[in-house]
Amino acid sequence: MEIGLVHYLTVSAVLFGLGLFTVMTRKNAVGILLGVELILNAAALNFVAFEHFVAGGISGQVFTVFIIVLAASEAAIALAIVLQVYRNYRSIMADRLTALKN
Amino acid sequence: MPPLSVVAFTLLAALTLGSAGVVAFSKNIIHSALALLGTFLGIAGLYITLSADFLAATQVLVYVGGTLTLILFAVMLTSRIEDMKVSNPQTGVGAAFGLIAVALLVLGKVATETTWPSEVKPAVPDTAKLGHAFLGEYLLPFEIGSVVLLAAMIGSVVLARRSLKRAWEKG
Repeated sequence: MEIGLVHYLTVSAVLFGLGLFTVMTRKNAVGILLGVELILNAAALNFVAFEHFVAGGISGQVFTVFIIVLAASEAAIALAIVLQVYRNYRSIMADRLTALKN
Repeated sequence: MPPLSVVAFTLLAALTLGSAGVVAFSKNIIHSALALLGTFLGIAGLYITLSADFLAATQVLVYVGGTLTLILFAVMLTSRIEDMKVSNPQTGVGAAFGLIAVALLVLGKVATETTWPSEVKPAVPDTAKLGHAFLGEYLLPFEIGSVVLLAAMIGSVVLARRSLKRAWEKG
């Protein structure tokens, strides 16, 4: 048995599925962020796998570095927003933040 | 005895997906956040098996050293200790399973029916090529990425501080 592209794609697809599940079912805003991190990692793994097995060259790794940069800045901004929400509502459950409804 | 690459891939994939399962299903937000560590380390190992060792080092430094610490700070600052047992409630599990089943079916169909021109290459490190790409072909996106990081840093500091008004700012 040889480890090929399909094995990496399988790992990445399952990781994406778990991330999507986390984003859809969590009420805690930090929990939703954890799901977003899982999805970003799945996408980055796909980029590197396709570059290694199909495309060649280096562009897949370059894309992955940009994904890591964007994930880091996204996490910093989102956690600052979560802190402010907690200060105002004393809760970060996403279903209680209904000030903009109606 | 299977070859070493197969063993390594299997162990790393199990670490990644097992920790991701804990992230997705744990009732305690602290356990979810800590399990993300295993996922990040597993992905870093998979990068090494794909001969992307610079990315593996970056993954450990940025995700484990930076992002995970930030997330743990956010968890500690926002969950009250007494309701830790129910800190991570779930809702809409059935709908989520349906959507994920559809998404994985589509992904699996595309991945198995496309004939990728795939070949198995030996793992050779190519960090030097990555450096040349960043300082040559991808110089402008690289610099824009730095500016994005700076903007995100300033933005999060401005967002997270308490709004103190000085005497001359009132009224």
